[in-house]
Amino acid sequence: MSMEEIFHPLKEPMIMGAAISIIVGAVVIAVGLTYFKKWGYFYKNWLSTVDHKKIGIMYIATALLMLFRGGIDALLMRAQTAVPDNGLLDAQHYNEIFTTHGIIMILFMAMPFVIGLMNIVIPLQIGARDVAFPRLNAVSFWLFAAGCGLLNLSFIIGGSPDTGWTAYFPLAGTEFSPTVGNNYYSLALQLSGIGTLLTGVNFITTIIKMRAPGMTLMKMPMFSWSILITNVIIVFAFPVLTVALALMMLDRQFGTQFFAMQNGGMDMLWANLFWVWGHPEVYIVILPAFGIFSEIIATFARKNLYGYKSMVMSMVVISLLSFLVWAHHFYTMGHGVMVNSFFSITTMAIAVPTGVKIFNWLLTMRHGKIQFTTPMLYALGFIPIFTIGGVTGVMLAMSSADYQYHNTMFLVAHFHYVLIPGTVFGVLAGYHYWWPKMFGFRLNEKLGKAGFWFIAISFNVAFFPLFILGLDGYARRMYTYSESTGYGPLSMVSFIGAIGLAVGFALIVYNIYYSWKHMPRNEKADVWDGRTLEWATHSPVPEYNFAVVPTISRLDEFWFAKKEGRDITAGKIEKIHMPNNTGAPFWMSGFFFLAAFFAVFSLWTPAIISMLFVFGFMIHRSFEDDHGRYISVEEVMATEKSLRGDK
Amino acid sequence: MKKKLSLMFIAFGALAILTGCEPLTVFDTKGPNAKTLSDTIILSIITMAFILLVVYVLLVVMLTKYRASKTPADYEPPHEEGSHVLEIIWTVIPIIIVAFLAVVTVKTTSTVESQPEGYDNKEPLVIYASSSNWKWHFSYPEQGIETVNYVNMPIDRPIEFKLYSFGPITSFWIPQLAGQKYAMSDMLTTIHLAADDIGSFMGRNSNFSGRGFAEMEFEAQTMTQEDFDKWAADVKANEKPLTEEKFDELLKAEHVGRSSYSSTHLEFRPAPMEHSEHMKMGDMDHSDMDMSEDEMDHSKMNHEDHSQEKSEETHSH
Repeated sequence: MSMEEIFHPLKEPMIMGAAISIIVGAVVIAVGLTYFKKWGYFYKNWLSTVDHKKIGIMYIATALLMLFRGGIDALLMRAQTAVPDNGLLDAQHYNEIFTTHGIIMILFMAMPFVIGLMNIVIPLQIGARDVAFPRLNAVSFWLFAAGCGLLNLSFIIGGSPDTGWTAYFPLAGTEFSPTVGNNYYSLALQLSGIGTLLTGVNFITTIIKMRAPGMTLMKMPMFSWSILITNVIIVFAFPVLTVALALMMLDRQFGTQFFAMQNGGMDMLWANLFWVWGHPEVYIVILPAFGIFSEIIATFARKNLYGYKSMVMSMVVISLLSFLVWAHHFYTMGHGVMVNSFFSITTMAIAVPTGVKIFNWLLTMRHGKIQFTTPMLYALGFIPIFTIGGVTGVMLAMSSADYQYHNTMFLVAHFHYVLIPGTVFGVLAGYHYWWPKMFGFRLNEKLGKAGFWFIAISFNVAFFPLFILGLDGYARRMYTYSESTGYGPLSMVSFIGAIGLAVGFALIVYNIYYSWKHMPRNEKADVWDGRTLEWATHSPVPEYNFAVVPTISRLDEFWFAKKEGRDITAGKIEKIHMPNNTGAPFWMSGFFFLAAFFAVFSLWTPAIISMLFVFGFMIHRSFEDDHGRYISVEEVMATEKSLRGDK
Repeated sequence: MKKKLSLMFIAFGALAILTGCEPLTVFDTKGPNAKTLSDTIILSIITMAFILLVVYVLLVVMLTKYRASKTPADYEPPHEEGSHVLEIIWTVIPIIIVAFLAVVTVKTTSTVESQPEGYDNKEPLVIYASSSNWKWHFSYPEQGIETVNYVNMPIDRPIEFKLYSFGPITSFWIPQLAGQKYAMSDMLTTIHLAADDIGSFMGRNSNFSGRGFAEMEFEAQTMTQEDFDKWAADVKANEKPLTEEKFDELLKAEHVGRSSYSSTHLEFRPAPMEHSEHMKMGDMDHSDMDMSEDEMDHSKMNHEDHSQEKSEETHSH
């Protein structure tokens, strides 16, 4: 590959502009760190941290960044299709943008946002001092970051993947996609996928083994339950992605024919493998949102969660069914009435446990005392909008009718109606709710609410028209359409909604700056009058989370203790065992990144050398004697005193 | 919250108005297959509207009745574990609704997957539709003719489209006549349809297949049996036969206009197997499934009337 080919994307002025702004941004950060002599601080406190709270913050920061990358893709898509026969983007550029929009929003925005929140909250909510494997947690984050960086590099060096986030073969094979775009796809997703799989192992272990004394599984808060189930799905689903991506790499770079058109290869095999992972993946990003809404609705209705047991059961049922529905993504592949009927019924069955959850949330509010805070607004907005996504999901589940919805804007509208009020509202609700826990001050409520209303209204303006366009025969992924189709006016409405969404997200980010400047710092630990353990410790949380790990006797112990005037954090302070920080995960993932980057261009020698470094780190770790360290009683007492004094 | 609700109603209203003035393509049906699907969709919309209504009413009641500003300052919400009766109600009713829709789904799926009712006594017209790059080839084995990027069909006769692809997966869709189905390189799929009205309808590939995807449309025209026969005879008499060289040239081209030929490519480039055959083949020697160029060159047999049995022969020789 010549240099010319490698850097061909830069010929596009828009990409050149983006590349320049990334370089300028990086230089500003580097100069800033040097000028304020913060390199040491940055390395010691962030790059080499194993603290779950800091790792969580880094996940969320990356997710917000990617929200903007994916959001710009979305704005460009809506701008291009706002009027018929538009020439803003050409077909190739449009194809790259809808592909990266999908990959980034699901894997590099929704996933890290969810994983970030679980990192911050889970150990606190179950009364643990860290996750089960803190160093592995850092490896997870840095592998995710490496994959994320690699995918984002593709649009500058070599060209982005351009065959949709589903990368169906044979289109994604070398015959029809000879550029390196889909090599980036297989390797970037592989890196971050390994990170996610490790997260799954880590959090299952954490939740099973490290709950506070007395907290049996059925006394565990609903968010912790949702995360436990989510991680079980991760551990079962992600290996399928790993295998599929490995086969994809072999097909594209080593001449195998698993998904090829000749020699017994099967293009349908890719579609099946992809969705065997892909459908559970949808529940991986939605179940945590259900958990978050459960916490928030209970807190701000000032009532315990209605039907706790059925809430747990319904999530378990959803997680099982999530593995039995994948073929509904391709009813139109011609597998006959029997197969389609089976998958229709399993898919529609998911509506039952989901409905149970909706009604339980509604009944939680009955006899309650509802406060309309920003997180609560997201939870309340979720119910009516998500229900539209849910019922259109049932419509799509009917295999016969799906022959008319498949591949149309109706489908696009449906999954945005599920993922935005579900996942995006969920993580934004959680973000506003737990922000004071992370940083010790609140986000401004006025700005937060303004952001919510902008997003909730603009979302409907942007996506409701797509239902109608889909029924009018508008196929998705078309870079343009002719005027005679009549898709113009509603597409323009949708574009206006997209701008509104952008304003809403801009408000959310501006709120960080505004609140950092203006919001009072001496918030109490329990800002929202919460029910679960994370509110029992200080804000921001000390490194060791709890000076004394509380003992639990019932669900919402903290809430009842407050009412009875008990302090569940009282007790004798002992020395605390904590893990040591280490830069190894950062450097190891750096070499992993290099290996994958060289592999994208099939430069095997440097790729193998980089991998040797990776293995070097692993071998070194195997023989390393690191038993962590103890925080002395005096140090804990001093920290506790200063944190209490802050209040 | 009320603002949002009113917005929804406006949106639904807009949907109703739009459907009223000029029916949306999917509801503007011109054949029994599309009609079945349109009825299914409308039925499901009505069912779902009922569920939405229940949820919205409950939500509005909760939000107006139990907001903090409406309750006394010293009001302390009670502890409520849940209710078995309510939980059974909102589990069983959705199960009934889902069961009802499941029956509808199975019935309608099997309806649209078989020859349209009322046409049982008529032999279906088989048309092979195959995609390459960003165009469609239509082969009429019965008439011995082939067209590119347009397809003519007689009304009042059942039609069977046999779909496959010379490249990426595409999806064959004439929304006003029938639902879509994938065209793939290694498997034949079938769409059953019939047209009731004479007219010209939009047909397209709806499955993303690369750079030229947006323009991958064709015209589906329906006409009386008489006009169709006349047209077919005309093509047979006046157009050039489709040679292998010409067909390869066509395959390579990205976009082409319409053209017609007095012979089909099925004679030298037979279609792949049916899905059911494919499944049976699963355990057998896979090399038989080879669709490579060389293999196809060996199979230059003379297929006058290209039927499915002949194509099977080609594969199992």
